Amino acid sequence: MTTSTDIAPRLANAGYVADDALATALELTLSLQRPLLLEGEAGVGKTETAKALASALDTKLIRLQCYEGLDASSTIYEWNYQKQLLAIRAREHEGQSADTIEKHIFSEDFLLHRPLLEAISQPKSPVLLIDEIDRADEEFEAYLLEILSDFQVTIPELGTMAAKSRPYVILTSNGTRELSDALRRRCLYSYVEFPDHARELAILRARMPDLEEKLAEAVIGFVQQLRKEDLEKKPGIAETLDWAAALCGLGVKALQDDISKVTETMICLLKTEKDIKSVPKETVSRLAGKAA
Amino acid sequence: MMAVAAGHAENTRLTDRVVGFIDHLRVNGFTVGIEECGGIAAHLGARRLTRLAQIRLELKTLLTGNREEWQRFDDLFEAYWLPSGKVRINSKRTTSPHVKNPLRQTPIWQDHLADGQPGNGDAPQVESETQNEATGDASGRLIAARQSIDRKTDLKHIVDPDEIRRAELLALRLAQAMRYRLSRRQRMARKGRRIDLRRTIRHALPRGGEPIELFRRATPDRPVHIIVFLDVSGSMKHYSRFFLQFVKGLVCTWMHSEAFVFHTRLIRVTDAVRDRNSARAMTRLALMAEGFGGGTRLGESLATFNRNYARRLTNSRTVAIILSDGYDTGTPQQLTDELAQMKKHIRRLIWLNPLLGWRNYEPVTAAMQAARPYIDHFAAANSLESLAAIEPELAAMS
Repeated sequence: MTTSTDIAPRLANAGYVADDALATALELTLSLQRPLLLEGEAGVGKTETAKALASALDTKLIRLQCYEGLDASSTIYEWNYQKQLLAIRAREHEGQSADTIEKHIFSEDFLLHRPLLEAISQPKSPVLLIDEIDRADEEFEAYLLEILSDFQVTIPELGTMAAKSRPYVILTSNGTRELSDALRRRCLYSYVEFPDHARELAILRARMPDLEEKLAEAVIGFVQQLRKEDLEKKPGIAETLDWAAALCGLGVKALQDDISKVTETMICLLKTEKDIKSVPKETVSRLAGKAA
Repeated sequence: MMAVAAGHAENTRLTDRVVGFIDHLRVNGFTVGIEECGGIAAHLGARRLTRLAQIRLELKTLLTGNREEWQRFDDLFEAYWLPSGKVRINSKRTTSPHVKNPLRQTPIWQDHLADGQPGNGDAPQVESETQNEATGDASGRLIAARQSIDRKTDLKHIVDPDEIRRAELLALRLAQAMRYRLSRRQRMARKGRRIDLRRTIRHALPRGGEPIELFRRATPDRPVHIIVFLDVSGSMKHYSRFFLQFVKGLVCTWMHSEAFVFHTRLIRVTDAVRDRNSARAMTRLALMAEGFGGGTRLGESLATFNRNYARRLTNSRTVAIILSDGYDTGTPQQLTDELAQMKKHIRRLIWLNPLLGWRNYEPVTAAMQAARPYIDHFAAANSLESLAAIEPELAAMS
């Protein structure tokens, strides 16, 4: 059994710094083979978790991005109609009977695998990321329940296809819509918070090892303080990394020494007009002072 | 061998305590099924005992299902497992299935919603405006109590407990019927823009692969997304009860819907309202919305919505419904600003004002005047009939 004592370092090797709660959740996902539902604000690294897990387990990552109107045919399988038509025509010329043609055109050769079928057809357990499940319709969510509990798909023409190996499923949700109790009950649950100071610093160091230690400390201190401000959209980890790269690129050594440059680069952290207006130069200066 | 046996005994004891803990969580409103309980016991029994912190994280992952539970878990865990921890919450079950009228269990609701029990002296008084309406004069209370519910009756005048319940049920059914009529989705369509290849080919096979008959498909209608804001301040006292049932009907049956109540602050109550156990729903609402029956700060409440929820909960098909009489103690300017901000996120704003059904009422309060330019549909909502009249407004969008 994989234990939390070794999943965290393996994730760290893949460039992902997980806190105890998330490491435990991933460990349980691996040992109990139940889907894991990750919720949390945008930018806290939910999608990255799946990528890091796939990388840590050295397995394939299959991603299903959900959107409104997503239906079963675009997520499970579809017949390759054009290819089927061509095959029918070609075989007609050869004088084959309708029975033979039908048997032929409903074979694996004409089946287009979509992410869910792809996930259960892998010889080695892949990581299946069902991203932003809250964006999909409730009908699709209900359909997913069957697949998540049995890991099998029924194709009328071919029969039931059971999973060759059970995928590790990670679902993410931003809370756009309330998910059904049925889905929640089938999943393990973890709420991903913004990382604390130490963890975010570790992430920054892992991603940008060349960054000066003093600046890295200041960057994280600044972002942590900024998240406490009254903002429409709080900066996520990706924004922090972008900002650190921007500061590095502009040759900033210490935040409080170069306030005008720091203010210019705030566009990396703040993503709405209102937020940019609500953090004027004075606030930047105050936060930079605190972070130093 | 001895060590193994001792370990096993320890695990058994732990499993027992975990079962007790799960019951503790259930009492506190967590929904943990028997299956999960068994699964967790088996999981813990099968593994080596670890640190308490590790068990806590594992149980947290296994037993919580949403953000609210995730955030409450640590307190409940400490209350149960740590003798020197926080005071154990001895909350009584307020959700007994034997309780016939749950509202009587919750004093806040009893008071605010004026549960018309005989002799409690708390029944709503019939005010002078009643003379404008069908039910008549000062003795209207008794007369109204004997009348059958008319969809046109001002909800304020329904005082008999049985009639209140029937009117509530009607409000609930009304919302459900609206949902049914609006959300039927047409997937196949004769004049759809896209050809349904799958169906066409399937039907072409018996004809040697020749697609003689073309099947078409229209993009399914996206259901309307509804966000309801219910004013539960003192001035709305006589209406809130019915509106709450209406909101419950909308939220429970609508796929995409959210509910908020507001007085001096805004509270998201979608989950509580959706709770199938209506007694528990009412208790949760009462606990969440402390401060019922006070003043109204509409502008501030909408500011909270715009800041914390608007981005996540709205889309281009969102209709916001505000059920309020517009008596606001905040500044009109703030209300204007926040409505303007909200309009950026939503498609339509419907404002239902129960006072509008009164004959002599004019929406002259500063707040109502400030809000008017942003309202797409401004209507009365003092009777079941007027509630039903918002359906065409919603239908226009689907």
